[in-house]
Amino acid sequence: MSILAVLEHSGSAWHRMSWETLAAAQQIARELDTTASAAFVRPGGHGFADELARKQLEKVYLVDHELLNGYTPDGYAIALRQLIDRAAPRLVLFSHTYQVRDFLPKLATSLGKVAVTDVVAHRVDNGQVVLVRQLFQGKVNVDVRFAADGPNFASLQAGAYRADRVADGSAAVEVVRPQLSAGEIRTKPLELFRESQRAVDLTAAEIIVSVGRGIKESDNLPLVQKLADVLGAELAASRPICDAGWLPMERQVGSSGQTVAPKMYMAIGISGAIQHLVGMKGSRIIVAINKDPNAPIFEVADYGIVGDLFQVVPELIDAIQKSK
Amino acid sequence: MKIIVAIKQVPARDSQLRIAPSAKWIAEDDLTYEINEPDAYALEEGLQLKEKHGGEVVALCAGPPRAAQTIREALAKGADRAIHIEEEDMGAFDPLGAAKLLAAALRSESPDLILTGLQSDDLGYGQTGVILAELLGLPHATIIMKVEKRDGGILVKRELEDGWFQHVEMPLPALLTIQSGASKLRYATLMGIKKAKTKEIRRLRAAELGAAAGSPSITIERIYLPQRTKQTQLFEGSPKEAAAKLVEKLKFEARVI
Ligand SMILES: Cc1cc2nc3c(=O)[nH]c(=O)nc-3n(C[C@H](O)[C@H](O)[C@H](O)COP(=O)(O)OP(=O)(O)OC[C@H]3O[C@@H](n4cnc5c(N)ncnc54)[C@H](O)[C@@H]3O)c2cc1C
Ligand SMILES: Nc1ncnc2c1ncn2[C@@H]1O[C@H](COP(=O)(O)O)[C@@H](O)[C@H]1O
Repeated sequence: MSILAVLEHSGSAWHRMSWETLAAAQQIARELDTTASAAFVRPGGHGFADELARKQLEKVYLVDHELLNGYTPDGYAIALRQLIDRAAPRLVLFSHTYQVRDFLPKLATSLGKVAVTDVVAHRVDNGQVVLVRQLFQGKVNVDVRFAADGPNFASLQAGAYRADRVADGSAAVEVVRPQLSAGEIRTKPLELFRESQRAVDLTAAEIIVSVGRGIKESDNLPLVQKLADVLGAELAASRPICDAGWLPMERQVGSSGQTVAPKMYMAIGISGAIQHLVGMKGSRIIVAINKDPNAPIFEVADYGIVGDLFQVVPELIDAIQKSK
Repeated sequence: MKIIVAIKQVPARDSQLRIAPSAKWIAEDDLTYEINEPDAYALEEGLQLKEKHGGEVVALCAGPPRAAQTIREALAKGADRAIHIEEEDMGAFDPLGAAKLLAAALRSESPDLILTGLQSDDLGYGQTGVILAELLGLPHATIIMKVEKRDGGILVKRELEDGWFQHVEMPLPALLTIQSGASKLRYATLMGIKKAKTKEIRRLRAAELGAAAGSPSITIERIYLPQRTKQTQLFEGSPKEAAAKLVEKLKFEARVI
C-alpha cells in the first residue's frame, strides 16, 4: 500500500506542478514508512517514463492506449481506475490543475470516494494523513481526514510543495494498457486556441498597479489609473474586474490570466485568492492595500497598509509626487 | 431545452469570518448571504439558452430555509420554477453526499442540460457538479465559458490555464460547470420580482429523498484561521502617515521607486 503520484504533461513537457506532486509523494511515503510510485497517461510516452525511472520511486506506470491521445474525462477516469485497481495504492496524489479538476471527482466517485482537493499542507498523525485545505478563498484553513481506508485521493495546490525536493534513484517502468473502447468516450475535444493577440505585455512591466473588487465601481478606476501613472506603472486587475468588463481580459493577472514578476506589484483591494496569487507571487516586492487585515494577500506582501483604499490611495499619490 | 441550474447560497463575500466554538464551521449568527458567484453565471447561461432555444429553467438548491431568499432572486431573474431541498445542516454532507441529494431531487426531472458553478466560495471543493454528472451517468465538461447548441448536442468553450481555451463537442443530456465572467449578469426587473411570487418552489426534505448525510468519506477535523508565516511590514497611523511611511520604504529600503 504505497503512495501514487499521478503526473501531467502537455504532450511536449511535464506540467510544472508535476514535480511538486512527486516531491510530496516521496515525502509522505517516507513519513508513512512506505514507497512512492508515479503514473502518467501518455500513448507512447517512453521518453517521459525514462525520465521518471531515474527518480526515487518503486514503480513508474505508463498508461498507454491510443484512445488516450488527447485528454477526455471519460478516457482518463476509466483508464486510471483500472490502474488504481492494479496498483492498489493507499493514497493517490494529483496536482490541482484544470485537467485534474475535470476528471478527479469523477474517478473518485466511481470508487465511492471523495477527493480532498486543493491541499496546501499535510501532517502525519498516528500513522494517518491529515490534510490541510482552504475554505473561503484562503481566509480559513481546515484539517481533513479520510474516513475509510484507501485508495484515497487528494490534489495539491500550486506551490504547496517544493519541486526541487524530488529525490533521485531508480525505478522499474511498467506499461499499463487499459481496456477502453471508443464508445465509452462521450466528449470530443477539439484544438486548443488563444483569444486574439494581447496588446499589452504585462510581463515586461517593471511596476504593476493591480486593482480588485475593492474598487467597487468602474467609475472609481481613474483613481488607481492615476496611481499607476505617477509610478510609471502598468494597470492590471483581478478576474472580477475583467469579468465585469471594466478592464480588458488582457490585463488580468492569475491562473487564467498572465503570470507576472515585476520589481513591484501593488495589489489594491485584492483579497489574494490562490488563483490570483499564482500569477504574481514571484514579484520582487509586493505591496498590499486592503481594509481586511485577514485578507490572504498579506500572506505574500512585503509591505502593507490595512485601510480604506479610497483614503489611502490619494495620499499615496500625493506622497509619491512629493518624493520626486 | 429543460435546463437545471444548481445554485448555492453562501456567506456574502466581504463577511468578517469568525470560527464557531465547535471549530467545525464558522459562526453564522451575524452573516448575510448571497448566491455563489459562479452559480449566478450558470443561471445567466441557462436563461440565455432558454431565450434562444425555448424550454424551461429550473433552479435547484440544497440549503436551510434562509436559502429561499436566493431561490426567489433566481426566480425573479427569470427561472421558471425551483426545487428547494430543505436541509439545516449542509455541513454534515461532503460533496458526494451533497451531490447525492441533488441527484435524488432530479430523479423525476430528466433534464437536457444541468449547469452548476465551477466552485463554491465557501467550501471550494470544485467537485459537486462533476460528481453529480457521474452519479447521473452524464458526460460533463468543466470551467465552461460558452455553450452553443448544435445538432444532436452542444459545443462548449472550456477555459484552460495560461490564457488557453478549448472547444469540446458533446451530446445531450450533459452537465457543465460554469466559470465566472462567461457573460454579463442581468438584474431582476420589478416585473420579474412580482412574477417570482407566483412561481412554484417545490420543497423537499433530505430524509424524504432517501439521501441522508450518512457517513461522509472525508471528515472535517478542525477549522482555524491560517497562521501567517510571512512578516509583512504594516504601516499604521492616518492614511497620510501610512502612505508617507510606505513611500519612504519603497524609495530607500526596497529601492523600487
Ligand atoms: C478556475 C479559476 C480560475 C481563476 N482565475 C483567476 C485569475 O486568473 N485571476 C484572478 O484574479 N482570479 C481568478 N479566479 C478568481 C479568484 O478565485 C477570486 O475570486 C478573485 O481573484 C477575487 O478577486 P478580488 O480579490 O478582486 O475580489 P474579492 O475576493 O471580492 O476581494 C476584494 C478585496 O477588497 C477588499 N476591499 C473591499 N473594499 C475595500 C476598500 N474600500 N479599501 C480597501 N480594500 C477593500 C476586501 O477586503 C477584499 O479583500 C479564478 C477562480 C477559479 C475558480
Ligand atoms: N447545496 C447546494 N445546492 C445547490 N447547488 C450546490 C450545492 N452545493 C454545491 N452546489 C453546486 O456545485 C457547485 C460546486 O460546489 P463545490 O463542489 O462545493 O465547489 C456550486 O457552484 C453549485 O452550483
